[in-house]
Order: sequence, then structure tokens, then C-alpha cells
Amino acid sequence: MSTFDEQGNFQVKTLDEVKDRSFIPKTTGYRVFTVINVIILVGFSVIIILPLLNVLSLAFSDTNAITAGKVGIWPVGFNLFTFHEVATTKLFWREYANTVIYTVLYTLISMFLTTTFAYAISRKGLKGKSGLTWVALFTMFFAPGIVPSYVLVNDVLGWHNTMWAMVVPGTISVFNLLIMKTSFENFPVELEEAAAVDGMTTYGILVRIVLPLSKAILATMVLFYAVGQWNDWWKAFLYMDDPYKYPVIMYLRNLIAGASQQGVGGDPDATAQLAANVKSVAMVLIALPVMCVYPFIQKYFVSGVMLGAVKA
Amino acid sequence: MAKGRTLTAEEFAALPTTPPKRGNGPWRTESGAVIWQQKETWGHAVRKHWRLYSLCVLPLIYLLIFQYLPLVGTIIAFRRYQPGMGFPWNVVGVSWRGMRYINQFINTPQFWNAFENTVIIAAESLIFTFPLPIILALLLNELRSRRTKRVVQTISYIPHFLSMVIIAGLILQLTLSTGLINEVLMKIHLISQPLSFMQDPKYFRSIYVISQIWQTTGWGTILYLAALTNVDEQLYEASAIDGAGRWRQTLHVTLPGIRPTIVVVLVLNIGSFLGVGFEKIWLIYNPALYSTGDVLSTYLMRNGLFAQPQQASYATAIGLFQSLIGLALIIGANTVSRRLTEASLW
Repeated sequence: MSTFDEQGNFQVKTLDEVKDRSFIPKTTGYRVFTVINVIILVGFSVIIILPLLNVLSLAFSDTNAITAGKVGIWPVGFNLFTFHEVATTKLFWREYANTVIYTVLYTLISMFLTTTFAYAISRKGLKGKSGLTWVALFTMFFAPGIVPSYVLVNDVLGWHNTMWAMVVPGTISVFNLLIMKTSFENFPVELEEAAAVDGMTTYGILVRIVLPLSKAILATMVLFYAVGQWNDWWKAFLYMDDPYKYPVIMYLRNLIAGASQQGVGGDPDATAQLAANVKSVAMVLIALPVMCVYPFIQKYFVSGVMLGAVKA
Repeated sequence: MAKGRTLTAEEFAALPTTPPKRGNGPWRTESGAVIWQQKETWGHAVRKHWRLYSLCVLPLIYLLIFQYLPLVGTIIAFRRYQPGMGFPWNVVGVSWRGMRYINQFINTPQFWNAFENTVIIAAESLIFTFPLPIILALLLNELRSRRTKRVVQTISYIPHFLSMVIIAGLILQLTLSTGLINEVLMKIHLISQPLSFMQDPKYFRSIYVISQIWQTTGWGTILYLAALTNVDEQLYEASAIDGAGRWRQTLHVTLPGIRPTIVVVLVLNIGSFLGVGFEKIWLIYNPALYSTGDVLSTYLMRNGLFAQPQQASYATAIGLFQSLIGLALIIGANTVSRRLTEASLW
């Protein structure tokens, strides 16, 4: 299931491997199917992309064209006015910087907690291993609900409007933990044994042998955690009310909430459409970094490991 | 049985051939060696592996505070809790309310409206979002061109990496009377007047389910594609020799090969049944849509945490109800699947 690649990195199988089944005779029916299959898959991709193109073109379109509902998947009356408007809003960039800070800290804490725990519970023959695994697993099946967590963070810990409320809750994802555990379980045991014979301690083996050779899984985990935090509005919504501390996603959320409140009774469309321009620009700017990064990490998205991962 | 003593033939024959599951005791191997299994004691294990255990300390403290302490905190479902009351789970005090908050939601018609909506929306979502990724994964698997496969995958993963807020913004934008959906429907003359999707309760569930399909189908394939790469190549060769075509292979080799994954995903989906659509519905609905769109989690937020004055205990009671049903569902689904398919989550 796992191999070493040319650079000597411990690798898991990537998902874009294509099974070679050329030994099967190709019937006419199969040729027809192949054509239909490609049509279906291309159609599916188009459906995914259309709404995104719509937002992209709204961001660059003329407000009058938007109000008249003329903008489809291509900008009408191309201009950068709204971009300039948003780009010169101080609050927007302030919150954007907050998002960057929260994402970096959250990802660091998450990676530390997940890696250490996953490594410990991946060791064969460690006493209490399955108990430790269940401590984490149970939280996936029985979550206490929003209110007790809200009370804990806001009232008991007193983290209302602080950075801690953004970067500490939710730092261990059980799903990610299990993926990492499986990946460490598949790590070639001879390497660790050799290191132990050389007198390395558990810490040394983890930091100097296992982690440097597990770049693929680490990259995947960093991506999952970082994207999760970058996109998260819910923690800020629950634990904050100071706009200067909001992550930037709350900027967009407040734009959207404004529109949906006007949606109650009366004709909301005119105002909503004008706001669409600003909203689209904000959406594009917020989604841009994630959209630029994930295709490059896609090749690492785990495969075989995930299968075993779901099983305790 | 005393250690270090010669065994009689009967005693030897009576020994188990596998190590005892619990505790210490003797067993014999196939080659005839008698082994006394001595389970490691905690003291010994900790002395030997203290560095490994030390790695668990911080994660365990985290889980204790942020997962298990709130679990204890659900006690406020049975007590009156107000912000600033301090440590909410101290058991002394006069503020016990017993089943009062439970009775409060059981006797509220809007709660049952939300419950009904939750079940309907969750069932409708499951019917589509569960099988579609399987079909998409199978179709992707039949693609011969590596490049096409890669491109389709990259595109179909996009929605997974978008914030729920952005998705909500997209939905609200597309469903406006001048939005893309109305424009297209008018252009192909299906309707003459734009439909007001977000003012009319009858459209809400469809909008939700369709957006859910758009959002989850692509990413949902990842587990199945992973499972597909592990289906034994030799099974395909063997079935080809037996004269099976592609379709028969899909039915008799591919699908059985990924069945454990299908079962696990289904069990997990059933477990999160009642938690349906929380963030998304909260972001896109409005009071005109409560009759079809209000679900348990939005109901509890609106009438609990964000009510004036805040009713934390009431909301906790509903949350507890939701979590308990979720736990029962996942245990039930797991038990059933273990009996029927021998694949299970644990």
C-alpha cells in the first residue's frame, strides 16, 4: 500500500492512478459507454463551475448590468471599480490579516496535537492504546452540542473576543487523527528499529525519522486544517462581537446576512443586487488563496490509508 | 497451575492453543512449546514507554477540556443557567429544574415542526448525496485518460474547499429573481415570470438538497476512489477469463470490493442524520421559510442561544435530545450492518 518515491519520501498511493484493464475485449457497447461517460463527467464539471463563473463575472461587472440581471457567466461592462472599493476598505484588510494569523496559529496547534497523539496510538503493543483511541473516537459519535461549548468558552474560560477562542477549540479532528494514525501504522518499522538501535529516543525517532519521511501526509493534514480554519465563520459568530477581531469571513457573512434580512417581505431584489457586486468581490478575494493552493496538494490526497482510517 | 513444573499429557492437551484474551495464563503453540503469558503491568508499561505516553498528555488535556467538560456541562439541561453564573456544572444549589426544559420543547408545536423538517430534509439529502458519489467514483474509475480524470477530480473538489458562507452567498445570488437560475429558466421559456425562490416555502427543500448535491458529490468520491485502487487486479483478470464484460465486472467485482467503504459511509451518514444542514440553513433561510426550512439545530439556536433573554438551558435540552438520538442511530446502524454485511465502524 505504501512505497517510497524517488526522493525517498514515504508515500501513500495517489488517487489518480488508473487501473489498466486493457486485457478486457472492447465491445461496441463499451465504446458507446466510454463516450457517454466522458459526456456525463464533463457535464458534471460544467455544473460545478457555472455558479462560480457567475460570481466571478459579477465581481467585474457594471452595477447597472447586475441590477438588470444581464450578467451570466461573462462580465458585462467590465470594470474594477468595486474591486478598488473593497481593496481600499481598511476593515476588510484588517480582518483578512486576522484570518491569516488565526489560520497559522490554529494549524500549528492542530498539527502538534494531532501528530503527537496519532503517533502514540499508532504504536503496536502500547498498553492502553485502544482505550486512548476510543477517548478520541467517542467524541465523533456523541457531541455535547453547541450550548455547553459556548458556555465553556465564553463564560468559564472567559475567552469571549479573544484570539484563543479562534485558535484552540476544534483543534483535533478525529477524522484527521485516524488518517494520520493509519499512515504512521504503515510506516516501515525497520527504519524505526534501526534508529532505536542507534540510541535514538522516541522523540528523536518521531522528529528526525518519521516526520521528515511523511511529508505527503503532513501536507495533506496541514491543508485540511488550514482550509477548515480559513473558511470557518461559526467560531467567530459564537465567540466574538468585535469587528476588529473578526476573521474576514465574517465580513462576507455580515454582507450576506444584511441581504437575507431585507428578504423578509417587500421586494428585496434591487438592494440585494447592488450588494451582489460587493459580495462577489469579497467572495473572490476570500476564496482565492485556497483555490490557488489546493490543486498542488491534491496529488497527496490520501487513498488506501483513508479506507483503513475510518475503521477504529 | 504452578510454573516450572512438568505437565502430564492430559494437562498439556487441555491447554488453550491461543494466548488467553484476558489476564495471565499458559497456552501452547502448534510446535508444542508451552508459554506462560504474562500481561504487561501498567507500572512496567509506563516506565518503558513513558515518552510515548508523554506525547498523549497535551492532546488528552485538550480532549478533556473541550470535548468531555462540555459533556458534563449538558447538566444545564436540567438546571436553570444564566450567563455569568459561573461554573455551570456544580451540583449544589437550588436551581435544579428537573424535566422542565424537556417538557417545554416537547409541548411546543414549532419544535415538532422543526423535527419534521429535519427528518424530511435529512432523508431527501441522504437519498441523493449517498449514492451519487458512488456512481461518480465508478464513472471516474472507467475513464482511460489520466488527464481527464485529474481535471474532473480537481473541479469536483472545489465546492469542498469553499467556505459555507461563500456557498450560502452563491445560493442566495443564484436564486434571486434576477439571478442565473431565473434567467436561464426564462430564456428556455419554462417560466414567464421570475420565481421568488427565497420567499416561497415550497422551494426551500429542493434548493437545499440540490445545493447539497453540488457541494458534496465530488469530495464524496475520495473514499470510494481510495477503495477502488485497492480492489485486487487479479479478480478482474479472473472474471475476464470467465467471460465477464465490463458491466458484470462492475457488479460482481468492483461493487463488492468497495462494499465495506459504502457501509461505513452510510453508517456515518445515518449517525449525523439529525445534525443536518445546520450552518447552511442558518445562513440562507429567513422567517418566510420557517414552515419548511426550520430544522432542529436552527430552532435551538434561534430560541435558545440567540433568544432575548438567552435560554441556554432550553437550547441544551434540545441539543441533548439531538445528540442522544444521533448516538442511538449510529449504534443501531452499526449493529445492523455488522449483522447483515459484516462490515462495521467498530
